[in-house]
Amino acid sequence: MYSEQWTVSSIREQATPRVKTGLAEMLKGGVIMDVVSAEQASLAEHAGAAAVMALERVPADIRRDGGVARMSDPAMIRQIQAAVSIPVMAKARIGHFAEAQVLQALKVDYIDESEVLTPADEENHIDKWGFQLPFVCGATSLPEALRRIGEGAAMIRSKGEAGTGDIVEAVRHLRSIRGEIRRLATLGEDEVFSAAKELRSPLELVQAVAREGKLPVPLFCAGGIATPADASLVMQLGAEAVFVGSGIFKSEDPERRARAIVEATTHFDDPERVAAASDGLGTPMASLEAAKLQGEELLAQRGW
Amino acid sequence: MAGSAGAAPLIGVLALQGGFDAHQRRLARLGADSRRVRTGRDLEELDGLILPGGESTTMSLGIEREGLADPLRDLARAGVPVLGTCAGLIMLDRDHLDLMDLRAQRNAFGTQLESFEADLALEGVEGAPLHAVFIRAPWIAEYGPDVRVLAAMDGHPVAARQGDLLAVAFHPELSDDDRVHRLLLDAIAARRDGGGPDPDRDRAERAQA
Repeated sequence: MYSEQWTVSSIREQATPRVKTGLAEMLKGGVIMDVVSAEQASLAEHAGAAAVMALERVPADIRRDGGVARMSDPAMIRQIQAAVSIPVMAKARIGHFAEAQVLQALKVDYIDESEVLTPADEENHIDKWGFQLPFVCGATSLPEALRRIGEGAAMIRSKGEAGTGDIVEAVRHLRSIRGEIRRLATLGEDEVFSAAKELRSPLELVQAVAREGKLPVPLFCAGGIATPADASLVMQLGAEAVFVGSGIFKSEDPERRARAIVEATTHFDDPERVAAASDGLGTPMASLEAAKLQGEELLAQRGW
Repeated sequence: MAGSAGAAPLIGVLALQGGFDAHQRRLARLGADSRRVRTGRDLEELDGLILPGGESTTMSLGIEREGLADPLRDLARAGVPVLGTCAGLIMLDRDHLDLMDLRAQRNAFGTQLESFEADLALEGVEGAPLHAVFIRAPWIAEYGPDVRVLAAMDGHPVAARQGDLLAVAFHPELSDDDRVHRLLLDAIAARRDGGGPDPDRDRAERAQA
């Protein structure tokens, strides 16, 4: 069946911004689930996850155990890659470019430079332009998001407060990012220079946001999503997809809850569907009130 | 609304999960109306349909949960032009909606590290080569005699047509090139003018192939 007419010599460009943000575009409207084993990864895939995040301990356990949280064991990441066909993401510590190099060598699909792990560099985030693989980074505000994009992030997730099951910080961060974007969009061209200075963000990116009224990369939400209604809430606040960490596998019935959060993310603006998805799911994860956490217990303060 | 000459066509974009947003932005730029399709109700009165990229497993589960498989098949079999991109191509294949006589090989080009942009010649598109973005892309591993292959990459078919069903393994919604979306809009316009696909054209093309 092979035909000569198909043979077109062509230059291939890899790892372009379009290829990097393109995968994030394909995850929109979906749920990215934290998994710690091949079994969990497989369950997540069959429940409708758009991608999985491979890590050794979910954030709730990292909080409980304390100590230094690092990149996962490559053996575990490989087992998860073998178990599923959906994209596999994995976390590197903030500033730990050697962990990111290892994850790239493992051919994961996305690297999360994550505040959930213990930061490795208190000054510098990873220079993400130097990598072939795309990065997602957390942000609590627009300036933080733009600094990460300036360093090469191809997706931003609002940080929230991971491992708490409390949605309040995710809401604060999403509202802050979206509110700042709206404010920028109202400025005159001559006012954007001063705004960039005030936001301590790259001028070109501030100009792009002011012009387009949105970030130049997709904006997802993470940190504290425990129920279908939480997913609906953040999607209505402008998140384009959701990360669920401890919320699924720390709940009473992970499979049902995973399916329910997937359904509620798709139908986020249809309360009847969110109600149906929420019906009889059993006990959610054990939660912590984010407002009662102090100082170093707040993961969202890592990164700047 | 379907059939009303002169009005902008209304194109449904399957929006269970995936690249629906970029398709809708592209359609808006081309002056077409679009609607997110998440339930069977959303399929009413569509002039065309796009099955976007995304995760094919996630999308299959969503189609099953929503009971969308038969309504989607009915729509396509009624002659409404359909464009499937990346995972949308997979949805059209024998193992999924079984609307096109082909079998897709998932993630055929590899992981995200092997994702790429390249120019390719697409039959039916005039002028310069088409710029195509391939993301964890499939290719067409097998196809039957009613399927016309329109383009290939590395010797593997990556675009095909069967009647008014068009499937591409890449992401026309992510490049600046409008021409694949224009093929869909042209098929919709031809159907409005002439009523249905052109069997003579299809036969002639098969003979030529």
